[in-house]
Amino acid sequence: MSFFRHLTEKPWVTAQARVDDLQDGVAFPLPGAKLALRIFLAAVTVLFMLLIIAYGERMVHEDWRPAPPLRLLWLNTAMLVLSSAALQWAKVAVGRAESLPLARRQEMQHVKWGLTAAGVFGSAFLAGQIVAWWQLDSMLFFDITNPAIAFFYLITGLHALHMLGGLVAWGRTAAGMENADLSRLRLSIELCTVYWHFLLAVWLVLFVLLFSGNDNLATLLAICGIR
Amino acid sequence: MTDITPGAVDFVPPAEVKEMELYHPKSWVTKYVFSQDAKVIAIQYSFTAIAIGLVGLVLSWVMRLQLGFPDTFSFIDPSDYYQFITMHGMIMVIYLLTALFLGGFGNYLIPLMVGARDMVFPYVNMLSYWIYLLAVLVLVASTFVPGGPTGAGWTLYPPQAILAGTPGQEWGIILMLSSLALFIVGFTMGGLNYVVTVLQARTRGMTLMRMPLSIWGIFMATVLALLAFPALFVGAIMMLLDRIIGTSFFMPSIVEFGEQLQYEGGSPILFQHLFWFFGHPEVYIVALPAFGIVSDMISCHARKNIFGYRMMVWALVAIGALSFVVWAHHMYVSGMNPYFGFFFATTTLIIAIPTAIKVYNWILTLWRGDIHLTLPMLFSLAFIVTFVNGGITGLFLGNAVVDVPLSDTMFVVAHFHMVMGVAPIFVVFAAIYHWYPLITGRMLNETMGKIHFWISFLGAYAIYFPMHYLGFLGVPRRYFELGDTAIYPQSAATLNAFITVVALIVGAAQIVFLFNLVWSYLRGKHAERNPWRATSLEWQTSQMPPGHGNFGKELPVVYRWAYDYSVPGVAEDYIPQNLPPDQVKYYDQEAPGAQGAGA
Repeated sequence: MSFFRHLTEKPWVTAQARVDDLQDGVAFPLPGAKLALRIFLAAVTVLFMLLIIAYGERMVHEDWRPAPPLRLLWLNTAMLVLSSAALQWAKVAVGRAESLPLARRQEMQHVKWGLTAAGVFGSAFLAGQIVAWWQLDSMLFFDITNPAIAFFYLITGLHALHMLGGLVAWGRTAAGMENADLSRLRLSIELCTVYWHFLLAVWLVLFVLLFSGNDNLATLLAICGIR
Repeated sequence: MTDITPGAVDFVPPAEVKEMELYHPKSWVTKYVFSQDAKVIAIQYSFTAIAIGLVGLVLSWVMRLQLGFPDTFSFIDPSDYYQFITMHGMIMVIYLLTALFLGGFGNYLIPLMVGARDMVFPYVNMLSYWIYLLAVLVLVASTFVPGGPTGAGWTLYPPQAILAGTPGQEWGIILMLSSLALFIVGFTMGGLNYVVTVLQARTRGMTLMRMPLSIWGIFMATVLALLAFPALFVGAIMMLLDRIIGTSFFMPSIVEFGEQLQYEGGSPILFQHLFWFFGHPEVYIVALPAFGIVSDMISCHARKNIFGYRMMVWALVAIGALSFVVWAHHMYVSGMNPYFGFFFATTTLIIAIPTAIKVYNWILTLWRGDIHLTLPMLFSLAFIVTFVNGGITGLFLGNAVVDVPLSDTMFVVAHFHMVMGVAPIFVVFAAIYHWYPLITGRMLNETMGKIHFWISFLGAYAIYFPMHYLGFLGVPRRYFELGDTAIYPQSAATLNAFITVVALIVGAAQIVFLFNLVWSYLRGKHAERNPWRATSLEWQTSQMPPGHGNFGKELPVVYRWAYDYSVPGVAEDYIPQNLPPDQVKYYDQEAPGAQGAGA
């Protein structure tokens, strides 16, 4: 649907009425849940974008003390990538299971494995984040008034909360897998996959800009002429 | 007219309408308490919002008593006063207006006006209300904690919001911020419903550009809210952390009562940016539904199609987009770079263009219309006048150079009460007088309504016009009392007393309105079907008030936009949106097709 094309319609014109009478009242060829998820993700994008801007704004000041980069975060990132990949695998498999009835049994096995792996890696990511928080907390120069450290807890905490919410949805999908009908299961897995990929993308941006040393963000700020 | 195609009525598409799965309540509790029916949720939202709004109204009375008659009331001390202004502002802007327009009117009107059986995610919709209620309860609870509610002002600026000396520093601010975070979570759930229902669950034939402007207004406001509330959410969480675990997001290195605090290096300005990145769109979150609803009121009660429908939609979209690039005009005195101020002054003044388009279009809709001075029409007219008044003072304040001397004076208070207090509330009244028959099946009493209208309308001007003058005198806002300050003439005190008396009278007039709501529900005249002879779908339901599932066995099919009033040649002065073209009665029955369906 082209939103802007719709905005130029003249609903009072009879010729337009002939077109409009055929409209089935659906703006996007998507299930409502998928559209809702996308809109929700737009709001979440704003949330994390504002946090990154706030972080950059604070970093511009002279008294900025970077937080020590944690090596563990590389491992956590890998966990999240694997989790996302596993879910993608489950998504492809459930699509095949629906379209190829003969391969259904085998594909459903793949779905099962993919979902399980996604959950395991996802939980591993969360556990890894908790360990990272604990590592930072036990360091000698831990100081909660240091904005870099406070931002680290705030932003990773909010990201982890979103991940936790995703795991709840994942749990419901996995638990209902045996009894759900295939198209419903496919929708659930697709929704989870989109959400997982989104959280992965957010995490990669956060990791690259903020939590792998501040050099990348510093460069970005320099390019913008802010720092 | 070239756009009329003879014979267009020949083609009537088959009435196939996709049905949605509907949740059917099985008990009294799931029908009326934990209801998933958008209409019940709407009424729950509205009752809660109005109840907390009454608290806000009473708070304003107490504040006015103090301002009008200082040294008279021993039960108001400066701390109380700050708590009252804070709670009054927060309650009115967020818990009353936002909740009422989107949670109340949004829930009631969206499914009915677009021809859906319910919202697309009824369960999430129900959760939205209960989280909103929880947010309100947390807000109310802050009155009962040690130290009372926060008195930081509705903008909650740090560092003062969390420092000793500000009332409610112990618990009040924590509960306030938690309540806001809850509100945002609840709203997001509702907001997703409103947007997806408008986009995906309209009935057959209801294109986006056939929707009534009420729905456009609510839709755009919801989009704004979904994108703006995250800023407040981030700000609230960060300040909570500053307050509870001692981070320094917003807190600079600071001395409190002679004692150096452990905070260091935070940026109070950052909070201001986050707050106003939410706070300015918030103005339009309240205003856009009001714009939409008032367009429908004027069109229906002047029996004329809305002038410039497309332009009205474009203006809503444009205002929505522009509202995200003007936030720093609330911060001209925060010491920002003058170029920055110049940019925001320019964007602010640009908003006047789409807004003026809307005002002109309302007036041109009224021009030579068949104006019925019903209560919804009276309140709509009052809205236009008030909104123009408040908007024009906005042009003053939008200019950085004019704003600097007027900043933090009563002029600002008068400005924003006119433009986003009184004006949207008039639309709320217009909407309630208009849709009350649909919701209850009875008409509101006209005499009581007229009393309510005239006192509220004239009273609002008696309150806020003098307040502009006080602002010019330099009388500051947020001050507990002026004391013996030589720079203010005695007339300022007299004027303050006058404003207080009028405010009490206007407040009392709202009791007439509340009484009318109850009395008419029990004793009011039974409403006929479609008493205002409106075209939109909510009046074309099989029962009135609409039952479970909104429409009867079949969903309506839409054949035209919502503004076919006084169509030339048509016998009735309105054509409902769902009336098939071959059933439209013309004066000249011999050539039914010649007039076109939607001319």
